[in-house]
Amino acid sequence: MLRLKNAVIYDPTNNKDGVKEDIWIENGKIAAEPKPEVVKELKAADDLEEIDLNGKIVMAGGVDIHSHIAGPKVNSGRVLRPEDHRRDNVARKGKLRSGVGSTVPSSYVTGYRYSLMGYTTVMEAAGPPMKAKHIHEEFGDLPYIDKGFLVLSGNNYFVLKFISENNQQALKDYLAWLINVTGAFGLKVVNPGGVEAWKEGKRMRGIDEKGTHFDLSPKEILLALAKAADDLELPHPIHLHTNDLGSAGNYKTAINTMKLLEDYRLHITHVQFSSYGKNEDSKIKFAMATDEIAAEINRQSKLTVDIGQLVFGEATTMTADGILEYNLHKLSGNKWVNTDVEMETGSGIVPMNYKKKNLVNDIQWATGMELFLKIEDPWKVFLTTDHPNAGPFTAYPWIIKLLMDKNYRKDYISDLNDKFDEYTDLSSLDREYSLSEIAVISRSGPAKALGLKNKGHLGVGADADITIYNNIEDNDIAEVFAHPAYVFKSGKMIVKAGELLDNLEIGKTLVTKPEYDQNIIELIREDFQKYYSISIDNYPVTDHYYDKIEVIPCVTKE
Amino acid sequence: MTELKTFKNITCTFCGALCDNIEVKVKDNKIEELKNACAISRKKYEHALKDRTSPMINGEESTYQEVIEKAAEILKNSKNPLIYGLSSTTAEAQKNAVKLAELSGANIDSTSSVCHGPGTMAKQLVGMITATLGEIKNRSDLMVFWGANPVEAHPNHSKRYTMLSEGLFKKNRSDREVIVFDVRKTPTAKMADQFIRVEPGKDFELLMALRLIIQGKKPETEAGKVAGLELAEIEAAAEKLKNARYGSIFYGMGLTMTGAKYMNTWAAMSLIRDLNNDHQRRFVMMPMRGHGNVAGSEITMAWQTGYPFAVNFSKAYPRYNPGEYTAVDLLANKEVDAAFIIASDPAGNLPKKAAAHLKDIPTIILDPHWNFTSDFADVVIPSALKGITASGTVYRMDHVPLHLRSFLEDEWPDDAAAVAQIGELIENA
Ligand code: SF4
Ligand SMILES: [Zn+2]
Repeated sequence: MLRLKNAVIYDPTNNKDGVKEDIWIENGKIAAEPKPEVVKELKAADDLEEIDLNGKIVMAGGVDIHSHIAGPKVNSGRVLRPEDHRRDNVARKGKLRSGVGSTVPSSYVTGYRYSLMGYTTVMEAAGPPMKAKHIHEEFGDLPYIDKGFLVLSGNNYFVLKFISENNQQALKDYLAWLINVTGAFGLKVVNPGGVEAWKEGKRMRGIDEKGTHFDLSPKEILLALAKAADDLELPHPIHLHTNDLGSAGNYKTAINTMKLLEDYRLHITHVQFSSYGKNEDSKIKFAMATDEIAAEINRQSKLTVDIGQLVFGEATTMTADGILEYNLHKLSGNKWVNTDVEMETGSGIVPMNYKKKNLVNDIQWATGMELFLKIEDPWKVFLTTDHPNAGPFTAYPWIIKLLMDKNYRKDYISDLNDKFDEYTDLSSLDREYSLSEIAVISRSGPAKALGLKNKGHLGVGADADITIYNNIEDNDIAEVFAHPAYVFKSGKMIVKAGELLDNLEIGKTLVTKPEYDQNIIELIREDFQKYYSISIDNYPVTDHYYDKIEVIPCVTKE
Repeated sequence: MTELKTFKNITCTFCGALCDNIEVKVKDNKIEELKNACAISRKKYEHALKDRTSPMINGEESTYQEVIEKAAEILKNSKNPLIYGLSSTTAEAQKNAVKLAELSGANIDSTSSVCHGPGTMAKQLVGMITATLGEIKNRSDLMVFWGANPVEAHPNHSKRYTMLSEGLFKKNRSDREVIVFDVRKTPTAKMADQFIRVEPGKDFELLMALRLIIQGKKPETEAGKVAGLELAEIEAAAEKLKNARYGSIFYGMGLTMTGAKYMNTWAAMSLIRDLNNDHQRRFVMMPMRGHGNVAGSEITMAWQTGYPFAVNFSKAYPRYNPGEYTAVDLLANKEVDAAFIIASDPAGNLPKKAAAHLKDIPTIILDPHWNFTSDFADVVIPSALKGITASGTVYRMDHVPLHLRSFLEDEWPDDAAAVAQIGELIENA
């Protein structure tokens, strides 16, 4: 048994806000404090290891609800950008494999850097089903963290077909089958209908217009998918990248979508990119709509969002939203990758550099910050940079500092474009996040939204994924969150004094296995065999690709 | 007598098309019957169990354990070894090879650097607009083959993925227009609606002319011609490209390895990019990769090291420099002092000067079959046959992963196991 003595615990799930207590760990889980006689026995048998934390801050390991860390798109980004890695080399050390970093790090370095930051669970945000084996292969080389992936389903042929046929039962069975055979954790929906339109050489706007070969509106697709996810009792609701993402004036689409799905569970991802207004009078025609978006989120009870906070500097945008990447390429003139995936989805990659003096980038940055500050309940809003789209995940400590320290925020603003205050409210917002609120947005909230009952908190029975930080009174906040004193993963120490230990391990893959009617395979077989380029029998990810998996049960109703 | 056993939907690894619909009937550990195989694969399957290597050290018979140990010893004692090949082995073996390279401070490079590697370098400059093969089958109304001859090199390709396939929106040959650009009238060209003969080495000029015309500009001509073609003919071709709704260009080594080399691919990529500028038109391109898992070699190397090929580990972290850490250059400049060849035949395929150096340095080869390199290699490690007696993962030319299932027994372990074992000997030394 392991005892972490004199911890100051921030565990919002269990209502502990700076409580001084010990933490007990056994078999990779948080354990109840043993009775004094048991402690004595353990000591006598030399079976009790104790670490004195001397009042250091203790939180559950960080949980990232949306990050691009593995799979075909990420890897294509790596190949595309040798210039991204060249100056960021990580040498082999003991058993720790070498690699490269920067915005699209190699798989090993991705695992190292999340771990060094005290993050222990990360959800890969978007996987094309037919390339799922690739994702799982990379997961095998992604050390320490537990991970899963969300399977792209908003422009899938069978999804659109069953919705257009009004066959909700087949849709539900198909989605369950898809999650099972790809080894996914949940459903990702990207620009529903809009990616198919892009492949057909068409454009769609808003969520009402019907379009594409399937003659469906995004509205119809969204409703059917949200209902199916609820009916399947998936631990995590549909994870939505809204239509019109990234374009001026798109906040209306976002709000219409939120209202449309109010009766369902819903997570909207990198909502920063969906919260823009349009200002016809200004030269840049670009504005923010954080009041409107925050008000709608504050009003709703089930809806959660993550921000996708912009970080100044290098980024690599990558998304299944093919048309969006085309637009970014036109806007920036930067190199552009597009990959259409048959029957399922699209994808694109464009490198970006967000500049402090660029007014549009400043407004995007402020949009994220303002949403963090205007959304009242931290359980509804989570910390992400949509890595590596709006910036790398390694910027989280800096974002935490911006949220916790209004003076630092003000200082920072003084470096931005002179017109910053004309377009934003940020300078007038005084809210500062508390440590407890930081714990919510960086672990407890995302774990809850993902339906991971054993993550994001330190209650008895939880996974012993634990991060220990130095005090913020004597240290720079960003430093504290960038370099935890200790990190434990499944009860084992992996980071000590800001350095990785030499016990390279691969974490678990998190999957769900919703039930479905086997007949669905026969229902799709003919079209599959004709219109895919591989056989349906070679489509499923076989056991061969899983090392350690944990099946998260599909129960959401009490 | 054992029973006849049928295996369906087996993936063929003999070219980058990775047809996954091969049917095999097996009896007494022999292939009795093959269905859906093409002329190439039929021959390869029939020869698979013949000409098999066995453990050898300096031309003398040896044991498996001894050749593995000898290989580890050579790599350990080498100051600057090269690990090369990889494109015909599984992703599992490729991953282990990258680890081995790291452990032994080696250079690691795949045959990609002498086929489609230039295309990858062009991608690093401008990007790449592509699609999976099924998408092209389903949507493409204009198919262009440029310096590529799938009818001979990937015989099932046109039936499964292109001209002759049944797609969702495009049902048959008559729903698609086909143009072939090549220096000679290949069998693929004979199946096309139009064949455009390119003057050898002038692909770059022709691609740039097409780009200019599509941008509404007039290209410069020499006596009214570009790349041996009348301007009017090029303009007519440009018009066809512009009229496509979902165009596709398949390009082969006739583009990537001739004339301006990677600038050719750069020009093609730039042309495709321009063609996507019209909102109603989409256009994609696809390298016609030869070896079964050459795509996999780039993919596995990239997630482990950040780079697709030409990686050097002498500093304990990966460094990338095509032209310096590429096998051809390392060998021709005599920079490496030992070589480990995995599932490849550099003596048969690399330029003479590069191949010659292999004879001067300790060379290890891991391959199920004898080839020109194993004829003189110091150490020969036998191996199981990918997709026949060995399972594993391969990536198709469009990066679609497929799992190989073995259907015959073998006496030798597979590549992945051999490479891992050598790695362990070095790691635990
Ligand atoms: S086309 Fe290529 S993959 Fe298909 S059967 Fe022939 S050799 Fe094998
Ligand atoms: Zn994302």
